[in-house]
Amino acid sequence: MSDRKTGTPCPPSPEVPPVCVIKEPLVRITKRGTVTRKQKLLVYVTGFVLALLLGALLLLIIGKNPVNAYLNMVTGSFGTKTSSAETFRLAVPLLIAGIAIAFAFKMKFWNIGGEGQILAGAILSSHVVIAAIHAGAAIGTAPLHLLMISAAIAGGALFGFLPAFFKTKWGTNETLFTLMLNYIAIEYINNLKQLKSWQPPRTTFPKIINFKDALGQIVLPKVFGVHIGWIFALTLALAAFLYLKKTKHGYEIAVIGDSLNTARYAGMNTRWIQIRTLLISGALCGLAGYFQIAGADYTLTETTAGGVGFTAITVAWLSKLNPFIMIPVSVFIAMLKKGSLAIQSTMKIPASAADLLTGIILFFMLGCELFLEYRLVFRHSQTKIEEMLEEVSA
Amino acid sequence: MQEFQEPAVDHVVEMSHICKNFGTVEALKDVHLELRRGEILSLLGENGSGKTTLMNVLSGIYFPDLGEVRINGTPVAICEPRDAFALNIGMVHQHYKLVEVFTAAENIVLGLPGALTINRRALARHVREIADRYGFRIDPNKKVYDMSISEKQTVEIIKVLYRGADILILDEPTAVLTPQETDSLFEILRAMKKDNKSIILITHKLNEVLAVSDRVTVLRKGEYIDTVETCDASIQSLTDMMVGRSVSLEIDRPIIGDKRPVLRITSLTCLTPDKTRALEDVDLEAYGGEILGIAGITGSGQRELCEAITGLHPIAGGAILYKGYVNGFEVEENIVGKSPNEIARKGIALAFVPEDRLGMGLVPSLDMVDNIMLKSYKQRKSFLVDRKTPQKVAERLVEELEIVTPDVFTPIRKLSGGNVQKILVGREIDSNPRLLIVAYPVRGLDINSSYTIYRLLNQQKERGVAVIFIGEDLDVLMEISDRLLVLHSGRVMGVVEPRRTSKQTIGLMMLGHQHPGQEGDKAV
Repeated sequence: MSDRKTGTPCPPSPEVPPVCVIKEPLVRITKRGTVTRKQKLLVYVTGFVLALLLGALLLLIIGKNPVNAYLNMVTGSFGTKTSSAETFRLAVPLLIAGIAIAFAFKMKFWNIGGEGQILAGAILSSHVVIAAIHAGAAIGTAPLHLLMISAAIAGGALFGFLPAFFKTKWGTNETLFTLMLNYIAIEYINNLKQLKSWQPPRTTFPKIINFKDALGQIVLPKVFGVHIGWIFALTLALAAFLYLKKTKHGYEIAVIGDSLNTARYAGMNTRWIQIRTLLISGALCGLAGYFQIAGADYTLTETTAGGVGFTAITVAWLSKLNPFIMIPVSVFIAMLKKGSLAIQSTMKIPASAADLLTGIILFFMLGCELFLEYRLVFRHSQTKIEEMLEEVSA
Repeated sequence: MQEFQEPAVDHVVEMSHICKNFGTVEALKDVHLELRRGEILSLLGENGSGKTTLMNVLSGIYFPDLGEVRINGTPVAICEPRDAFALNIGMVHQHYKLVEVFTAAENIVLGLPGALTINRRALARHVREIADRYGFRIDPNKKVYDMSISEKQTVEIIKVLYRGADILILDEPTAVLTPQETDSLFEILRAMKKDNKSIILITHKLNEVLAVSDRVTVLRKGEYIDTVETCDASIQSLTDMMVGRSVSLEIDRPIIGDKRPVLRITSLTCLTPDKTRALEDVDLEAYGGEILGIAGITGSGQRELCEAITGLHPIAGGAILYKGYVNGFEVEENIVGKSPNEIARKGIALAFVPEDRLGMGLVPSLDMVDNIMLKSYKQRKSFLVDRKTPQKVAERLVEELEIVTPDVFTPIRKLSGGNVQKILVGREIDSNPRLLIVAYPVRGLDINSSYTIYRLLNQQKERGVAVIFIGEDLDVLMEISDRLLVLHSGRVMGVVEPRRTSKQTIGLMMLGHQHPGQEGDKAV
């Protein structure tokens, strides 16, 4: 040992006074028994109301009338036909990406790269469009869209495949991996912007051409004022539900999500199942990217995904990975988004209020889980204890 | 039931009216416990009777819903383990909580207040003092990863003594020890008792209760049954109190005449992930119509052996030959290097009940139907799964094995350990195996469920199945096995006929001594 001051950790002396805390703690948590459906609903509704109240408090602090703000959010998102259409348009990619992410999450594969997968789909789709533009539109509408869809699926699937491959081969961390891929996708778009062939003719401004102006065929038809992506999204919700509940694949995903060792024990090819599921997850995100390009934005920017890949995690989690519940949840989150844009213009409340409110709601909804599993117990009075003792002895 | 407190008796711990619920489960209902100064008290009960929960209340891990705890006559509230330390209560848990890369001495002072640096010499001296006083054998500078299970246990016990505990709680300390190690632990407990320490021994092994304790407190299903003086008790009387009715403790061992070889393993070697040998040159033969017991201290290669046979563990050398019959001709199939899926597709009827039921054999958050179809779901050609057939199997198993569950659609993690094990064993037996490997099949089960499992294994044996039974309770192994193979650090110490071998001999083999009359001649 060196000549520094050293010491031995002292064993406590045996004469420590034998009393530390005499009273039981004021509040403690204990496990709850079975919860009825009614109680469950009550907990969630309470959580939701509390979230709205906390949001209201924040609005009060910045000096705005919360009741007006909430009302304006609702009318701003569903008040007119156009605003409703806009809200549903926002919900489409949220629903598709939410379902996509649920596939991976069900397997406890923490894919937070929805953003990158959406962009990868959008990028490859755009490659097809640019190629078609330069080819002089010598291609039919249907083949063009088929090509775009295949490209989007390939792009998203590739971005899903990479983290799955590396995780199953070398045990890399999928969270970091998928997160990093997001940046690759974004920077790739920034790079495309610099390319002459991607820019509108006769400009040098780093911006990608508006596909609608250059090639009108890429615009997806609308049904009830929203591009047909919504029909696909609803069909997908049903298909995903059946896939997860009724097929062998869905069963394998459930087993792996619960216990990888059990899956191995059962003779499942765990590596391929994980890769396959991530291919699907990525491909669906890629499709969301295609719908953004062909149904909403008609161009490619680094904000084409616009945080949808991350918000989709909220959608998936709030719905407990159930594709059907994701339908109202994604519409609700789209409403918050659209509503906050509305109150930005009518009440001068920053649009980030929506993100804040979404965050608060998510926080409270996840908090509900605690109260479904546990309950708080306050310190009993002496008379109550005596009553309980008598009951027990009886 | 509860005797009045006589002033002459010096109680260090008094727990009264203790109640603790976990959700709808009543883990403890109005339980009492008194510990006298300088005595060894056995806390006896089946698995799930609340023994560990009660002691967790005393050591500050759980706070009771109701009830009073007095230490040396003063009422206290023990809110967290630190409070228990301050009251000189120390608990040695069933699963040791040591830092593998630290030495014994470092683990002992871990978490104690002290100076920035450790005076290793003074510390080692202090540890040796404690060890000498009670007769522990310990090297303070040995790293935990180099230690055997019993050495790790010694570290845990000295850890609580070093902190000045004079109320010691030991949770099933003998479960992982050989008979010899158990005897020396009991010597140490007696020495501590002489030093006026008070000891609570959680156990469900009756002969140990009789051997070492002064009094016994019996719990059953969370309820307090009685406390008796050990000298007034017998194995049968304690069992009856523990189970609540008279039970027979005999395990059958039917004799089967016609034994056909099913599995032959020759010089099997397996490596651990860090390239040390988990199994070395293991030879083994299993016959249909017999139960081959495998004894050994936990971690002697049992898990690797099971997993190697079932295709879950990579194999470094040797052969695993499965004997099948094609058109009446005997064929041997080497299954080394094959995945579980390939083994199954070869038509090799192999069933495996792994030790970690919920971590390997079953899917805890899925229901019984989904768990039943775990191995058979692939057989159907369709893309969709068929839940009708497994549901019928599940319903049949519920009836045959008396599985207690609300219905077959309840997630199995909500069921008790015994019922979970019945589902697993039931599923494996239902696959009509020729070779059945079971690892610690009664761990954590109550007596009733344990005997159901023994009965099922014997039924399989009578059907002509080769059963490999990996166990930890030597008494049970010796009763149920036709032959008993003893493993020590991955090597076979010998195969013995359990009826003609003493428990002491087997204990010595578990500790690494070759069977005296058996060198070079392993088969019986």
